[in-house]
Amino acid sequence: MNRKKHRYWLDSPANVRKLVYGLYSLCAALMLLDFFYHKHANFPFENWFGFFAWFGFIACVALVLLAKQMRKLVKRDEDYYGDV
Amino acid sequence: MFSLNPALILILGALPALLLKGPLRAVYILLLPVLSFLQLYTLPAGSRAEFEILGMLLTTLHLDKLSFVFAVIFHIAAFLLILYSLHTRDRLQQMVTLIYAGCAIGAVLAGDLITLFIYFEAAALSSVFLIWSRRTPASYAAGMRYLIVQVISGLLLLTGIILHARSSGSIEFTQMDPGTPGGALIFLAFGIKCAFPLLHNWLVDAYPQATVTGTVVLSAFTTKMAVYALATAFAGTEILIWIGLMMTAFPIFYAVIENDLRRVLTYSMINQLGFMVVGVGIGTELALNGTAAHAFAHILYKALLFMSMGAVLLRTGRINGSDLGGLYKSMPYTAGFCIIGAASISAFPLFSGFVTKSMIMEAVALEGYTLAWLVLLFASAGVFHHSGIKIPYFAFFAHDSGIRCKEAPASMLCAMALAAVLCIYIGVFPQTLYALLPHEIGYQPYTMTHVTTQLQLLFFSALAFTWLVRQGLYPPELRSVNLDADWFYRKPGRWLVEHAMRSIVTGEQRMGVWIKRLSFSAGTRLHRHHGPQGLLAKTWPTGSMVLWVAFLLGVYLIFYYVY
Repeated sequence: MNRKKHRYWLDSPANVRKLVYGLYSLCAALMLLDFFYHKHANFPFENWFGFFAWFGFIACVALVLLAKQMRKLVKRDEDYYGDV
Repeated sequence: MFSLNPALILILGALPALLLKGPLRAVYILLLPVLSFLQLYTLPAGSRAEFEILGMLLTTLHLDKLSFVFAVIFHIAAFLLILYSLHTRDRLQQMVTLIYAGCAIGAVLAGDLITLFIYFEAAALSSVFLIWSRRTPASYAAGMRYLIVQVISGLLLLTGIILHARSSGSIEFTQMDPGTPGGALIFLAFGIKCAFPLLHNWLVDAYPQATVTGTVVLSAFTTKMAVYALATAFAGTEILIWIGLMMTAFPIFYAVIENDLRRVLTYSMINQLGFMVVGVGIGTELALNGTAAHAFAHILYKALLFMSMGAVLLRTGRINGSDLGGLYKSMPYTAGFCIIGAASISAFPLFSGFVTKSMIMEAVALEGYTLAWLVLLFASAGVFHHSGIKIPYFAFFAHDSGIRCKEAPASMLCAMALAAVLCIYIGVFPQTLYALLPHEIGYQPYTMTHVTTQLQLLFFSALAFTWLVRQGLYPPELRSVNLDADWFYRKPGRWLVEHAMRSIVTGEQRMGVWIKRLSFSAGTRLHRHHGPQGLLAKTWPTGSMVLWVAFLLGVYLIFYYVY
């Protein structure tokens, strides 16, 4: 089949790398944007440099690593309840 | 003028749908929600329909601004869901969808507690067929557990209504005090339907067991009826803020390690409901507007996400993250629609979640709840992580599973396209939605601060995901069951019941003759109704459902007269 041989743009690791670098540069640009406008903050800590950026990053890393540890406690066999 | 209840158009109109066939049937079931919507739209604001039964004044229709928003979105959802389900030849499911949607609309238009109760129960009883229609032993058992929890919630509601009516002398559905015994029971009953923490397991247990279309249908109504009920009866109750925060925070941990992608979405649903519950707890005009707007947007993007996963399940027969991947090659349109749903739930600027969730966040900040605001911010980053990235990534991208299948059927694609258009429309033109909201406010979502900070939050969450995946730190999708609060009734609870039954059997020999006879007859009766061949253990015909609702109503009326 012709379809099988078709290589998609995302199949190439070089293109995936391009996407990842695109994300890195977008993040850097967003971080720098903090210098160029006046924030309307409800809380004083919102004015810390890049507060939302590092909050988002740390929150997600903590979420995933904690959830990974949680598996030790709650993960069971797929047929644990005997109904699969 | 006689104001016909739009709910009745859907409920009664659903019955002939079983008889029709072919294209005529498709047109008919698509037209029903449209007709019903037109009827709703032409009802003047503040419309009421009342009738007296046995000396009790029931307000079956009470159209205020809050109920209007919910009735509108329930109609839109009903239309999209019917469109989505056109590929199936299971006529029962489509009929049940219409009845269930009608009940949800009836519930939000109800002006008194009895009417509310009847619609709540009818919604529970009709919706269980969407789970049973999958026709597997697992879905049968999950449907049973679902029904038991719904009936318990119904009984709590009924008892609460009786107590409330006795102490206040009114059955009007309006603001109530959760501190009174009646109010507390009603609060708890709504809490079960809204999936409060520890009462939430019926949802994550049953929804992923429903049919391809069933899960989408279920996701739209029951929990949002509960949000509406809470907003009407318990707005400004502070404990709701803390309950809501727990709802936003704990499910996202489960969502990260869950393998069944539809179950991931149910966990993220509780997270989104948490935002709405917080809004109800804050109770200011901005917060209640935020709750109503977020419920509106949520129904659309959640349906869209469930639709895309339903299409994947239909075409591949699989739904576990560990089995999927690379599907964008086979189902590019579905993948695209899924990404739009993901962007909406994650609250990207120009998508619906951005203009609705932020109202709740802003209301929380204005009331000065710093901790609550930080938890919501954490939950916002988390929801992007598991709904925004995980769902599309593991289904459509990640490693190529090698599965090659057909694109979703045309009717499904149409439904998804419509839902996607609405998600973007709300995001780009929020004023259209804002105009529907119960309170007049001058909220402006598109400010430089809001757009930039939100983009920072989301892109750095994406960065965290990318970094974790590339470092190999991201937990792999594994075939497994994760223990949750349902463990208590599915393991020790079950053991207790089985053990108790065994001791009854052995103890029977030592019992006196009369006890023996009594327990025997009770056992036979139980077995007759609840045993394998029992009437109550079978799928119930609609007639018996109506009978039971009438019976409960009768019992209530007797109580009402006696006290």
